Amino acid sequence: MDRKYKVVGQPCRKKDSMQLLLGKPVYTSDVVPGGALVVRLLRSPHANAMVKSVDVSLARKVPGVVDVYTWQDVPATRFAIAGQTYPEPSPYDRLILDRHVRFVGDPVAIIAAENDKAARRAMRLVKVEYEVLPAVTDPHAALDNPVLVHPEEDWEPPCPVGGDNKRNLVASGEEKDGDVEAVLADCDMVLDRTYHTRAFQQAMMETFRTYTTLDRYGRLHVISSTQIVFHCRRILSRALGIPKSRIRVEKPRIGGGFGAKQTAVCEVYPAFVTLKTGRPAQLIYTREESQIAGSPRHEMEIRVRLGADRDGHIRALDVYTLSNSGAYGEHGPTTVGLSGHKSIPLYTGGLEAFRFGYDVVYTNLQPAGAYRGYGATQGIFAVESTVNELAERLGMDPTVIRERNMVREGMVMPAYYNEPVNACALDRCMARCKELFDWDRRYPVREMGNGKVRTAGVAMAMQGSCISNVDVGSATLKLSEDGTYNLILGAADMGTGCDTILAQMVAECMDCTVDSVAVFGADTDISPYDSGSYASSTTYVTGKAVEKACDQLKEKICEIAAGMLSCEPGELTFEGACVRRAGTGQSVSLTDIAYKSQAGNCIAAETTATHSSPCSPPPYMVGMVEIELDRYTGQVTVLDYVAVVDCGTPINPALARVQTEGGLVQGIGMTLSENVTYNAAGRPIESSFLQYKIPTRLDMGHLRVEFESSYEPTGPFGAKSIGEIVINTPAPAIAHAIYRATGVWHRSLPITPEEIAMDTPLDSEA
Amino acid sequence: MEINIRVNGRAVREQIEPDLLLIDFLRAHGCLSVKRGCETSNCGLCTVFLDDKPILSCSMLAARADGHSVTTLEGLQEEASDFVGFIADQGADQCGFCNPGFVMNTIALLRENPDPTDDDIRAFLAGNLCRCSGYEGQLRGIRNYLNQREERRNGQEV
Amino acid sequence: MLTIQNYVRAQSLQQAYDLNQKKSSRILGGMMWLKMQNNTVNTAIDLCDLGLGAIEETAETFSIGAMVTLRQLETHPGLNAYTRGAMARAVESIVGVQFRNMATVGGSIFGRFGFSDVMTIFLAMDTQVELFGAGKIPLEQFAEMPQDRDLLVRLIVKKRPGRFVYQSMRNTRTDLPVLTCAAAELDGAHRVVIGARPARAMVLRDEEGLLRESIDLSSAHTFAVWVAGHTPTGSNVRGSAAYRTRLARVLTERALLELGEPQQGGSEDGD
Repeated sequence: MDRKYKVVGQPCRKKDSMQLLLGKPVYTSDVVPGGALVVRLLRSPHANAMVKSVDVSLARKVPGVVDVYTWQDVPATRFAIAGQTYPEPSPYDRLILDRHVRFVGDPVAIIAAENDKAARRAMRLVKVEYEVLPAVTDPHAALDNPVLVHPEEDWEPPCPVGGDNKRNLVASGEEKDGDVEAVLADCDMVLDRTYHTRAFQQAMMETFRTYTTLDRYGRLHVISSTQIVFHCRRILSRALGIPKSRIRVEKPRIGGGFGAKQTAVCEVYPAFVTLKTGRPAQLIYTREESQIAGSPRHEMEIRVRLGADRDGHIRALDVYTLSNSGAYGEHGPTTVGLSGHKSIPLYTGGLEAFRFGYDVVYTNLQPAGAYRGYGATQGIFAVESTVNELAERLGMDPTVIRERNMVREGMVMPAYYNEPVNACALDRCMARCKELFDWDRRYPVREMGNGKVRTAGVAMAMQGSCISNVDVGSATLKLSEDGTYNLILGAADMGTGCDTILAQMVAECMDCTVDSVAVFGADTDISPYDSGSYASSTTYVTGKAVEKACDQLKEKICEIAAGMLSCEPGELTFEGACVRRAGTGQSVSLTDIAYKSQAGNCIAAETTATHSSPCSPPPYMVGMVEIELDRYTGQVTVLDYVAVVDCGTPINPALARVQTEGGLVQGIGMTLSENVTYNAAGRPIESSFLQYKIPTRLDMGHLRVEFESSYEPTGPFGAKSIGEIVINTPAPAIAHAIYRATGVWHRSLPITPEEIAMDTPLDSEA
Repeated sequence: MEINIRVNGRAVREQIEPDLLLIDFLRAHGCLSVKRGCETSNCGLCTVFLDDKPILSCSMLAARADGHSVTTLEGLQEEASDFVGFIADQGADQCGFCNPGFVMNTIALLRENPDPTDDDIRAFLAGNLCRCSGYEGQLRGIRNYLNQREERRNGQEV
Repeated sequence: MLTIQNYVRAQSLQQAYDLNQKKSSRILGGMMWLKMQNNTVNTAIDLCDLGLGAIEETAETFSIGAMVTLRQLETHPGLNAYTRGAMARAVESIVGVQFRNMATVGGSIFGRFGFSDVMTIFLAMDTQVELFGAGKIPLEQFAEMPQDRDLLVRLIVKKRPGRFVYQSMRNTRTDLPVLTCAAAELDGAHRVVIGARPARAMVLRDEEGLLRESIDLSSAHTFAVWVAGHTPTGSNVRGSAAYRTRLARVLTERALLELGEPQQGGSEDGD
């Protein structure tokens, strides 16, 4: 793009980086005062059971225990903990404590104690009698199973999403364009393949945690590691039965989220304790709790039917997704949509018809939630793998087959709400990625000796930049008396750097340095309303709100200056450090205007702007991986990963690059080593970092990232999004490379060394 | 029981429970840079120095540190600020929750091996998990720091 | 959660041994595994004051105190010169430097963990265990004994003309191993140790003289197949019995070929 910016498009340090790197106390459990009650949750050992009785008398007697609460003590209103705009697509299917426990880990009792030792001792002394019920843990068997996960009469979907609790159905639907069966019947070949992905964990380094207290007005003050302060306030209000005016939710720095903290996983419990006892309370999830009662990715099984002609023209895609929401419905109805909406449109190029159908079911397993990629990751693994298989079947280069079929600028995407493609550099991403990766040399299978081979794989991806017509971003901008600014946000920087890139936008608009923009976020009492940081929306939606706020503030500044210069505001131009009157050359400095705004002034030197978008322009990318595969042990070593991304204008290329690199490594983890399995009772076996193996720095090879920018006219400075798309290419690209090396398509994640090895017989068995 | 530990150069004498873990002792004494990321000695977030050796404070009894000196990032602000800017320049600090452990272990690496190769760096820091950065930016940051230090050194020699 | 009622720094081996005779007592190694257990320990016995934290090398032996850390094993020049780096290779994939600065050789060996890299490499050497009660016994014998209340004082490795190679298969680089394999030539005799089967490591000797002539592609293959056939394996979350049997063969073959390589500068031809 030819547009030249001073601050936007430049790397700069994150505003909080020195605080973080020098270990300053900025996270939830660092900023809260000591002396809070320790909250612990006693959890169900059964996947499906009714609590017949709970005896808390012994537990209450433990010295230091303040109280123990059970299902009899909590309000009877069902609510959803998914952080979504009202009315939430997620069903109201939870109570703070329910007599009916629905997965191993579902809370049975809340313990409040003066210290952790007492709380843990009390946990062992709560006597629970369960009526153990048969459980449904296989998503295939869930629909219309006689075992109902939510038989209750007060189950309530706030939105019509095709769910029915009496069928174990959270949501279901279908959409299509054209006659997919007719086109498939007319194709030279149809690939019909089924893929499986597991309930992978975000595994952010800071586990879920919340502190609650009563403020000086007796209101509930919640300090939580959350991406969604405003949704969290609404959720607490409904769950606890108190008005929103009595709740304040604030987030300090967040130790990673990746979507996990787009669900109010733990907030209700300490909040309930504080309301009951009037005392500060803190709940810090252990890693084990985060692994067994968190909010992981939806397990999905995706069937793809792809119709193509022998020349590689992809004519029809039929995608059906079965999504496992687990015991509660958080994000179930929405994640599934992206498995089709963010995969099928990649092939808009020559697609004549598509169909996308889905069912989302309840099972007695850990409830799923939002995780970076939000269903797109699963769908793209399926569709991209099928396209790779098509290429291999046809003997075509998989990059060439994509060039023939990919979505391009100027098209309209029928499988993506008929949105026009305003800005798309996917073609350039592919060309640049091939060049950078040296595809033609590394794609062929090369024998390295001793059973080792090297080869490569490829995949494309897209995502959105917000939830169109839903997400709301806001920014408040204030002028201070020395001519600096305060930017106040309701979006949540969870380490991604959105506080910084939004400040860069202010600096660009107001012609000042990033250092002269102080950022604050997020606090429901102080911040303007923002739906929160999710759906890749902060740069795109809140960024636009920032742009608008800057325009509004400039007008106000000019208005104040007009009074000082005794002229009309229309005669003035804002020049950053001063405001100048055209014609006369008179000017007043920003500092003088700022001081004036504080004396005898009736024009607020601050403004709030809000933005929402009718569209959600997709970022695009191409990823290529080179692996070395050991045919004897099945070990896959990622050698080199090259990604070229079109996120519109990268506002801060350094941060966009690290977003990409981080997403790639998470994607590598879910492809090769992160596993989710259950014991016979339905309890996740990979409940710690000893068992749930996220990549170390020895497991990810070398990463190279470049940007091929497009200019998105509806985004701030041409920007789209970056946060989620980056996790989508590793699974299909690595599965592709593994096929190249072994001749076997692995369609279920993770692809472990054992699975690879056991599909490759040792040449001469004795 | 009573213990005497030198925490960041300051003598601390205290009555403790025998099963108190060093991480909890340190956090209670204001060393809030020390973070807990797991309970299984896998993440490296709680890295501190015990007599100048990097260890996991989550897996160490405070009682065992009796008579020793413990250093946390609070006590190494100057040494750390030398190089963390290079991590910040990459944007590789990200959420920051793993940063203190990462910074501590990097300092340990550079004290032991002032001129590490990229493979040395990866191997020494393998026990420091990070979920945000993808590690590559951390490596670039360390490499840039080392290059800059080398240039500065060469500059001084001329 | 681990609960400890009393913490004692033993002032003599006798005191440590005596305190440890109570069932509710535990000797602290690195505490890495102990800490993860839900356990109540009445008396935690720390050996840190007993001078067991050093590796002493003489012309004939290495004497390795129970409190020596895995990191000391990894970085000890003499031990690594003697094992041609196999000692470092055996421990360098264990979690991370900080972990290895704490985990002790005594804790690893006394625990007789199935997944132990440390047990595997020491079984490949001529290692004796010195116990306070039972005295010196071969590690191979100790490895098969049930846990008792004795006190491990040190390991003694006799230097013999020998060569050692270490291999392991891990699902991620610093994970617990799916299988470990150490191969050794000691005084001209070959042995292979297979660990993480997932049961305790076991020693397999070249009983049939398959490697007597030389180690080449063919004899290494034959012996590897023999080893795989004589190594009972089981399944756990990291791998199935069948996969482990396959790995036993693959790693043994590779280890033997590496063992057979000339000591300086291997062949560049590959396979």
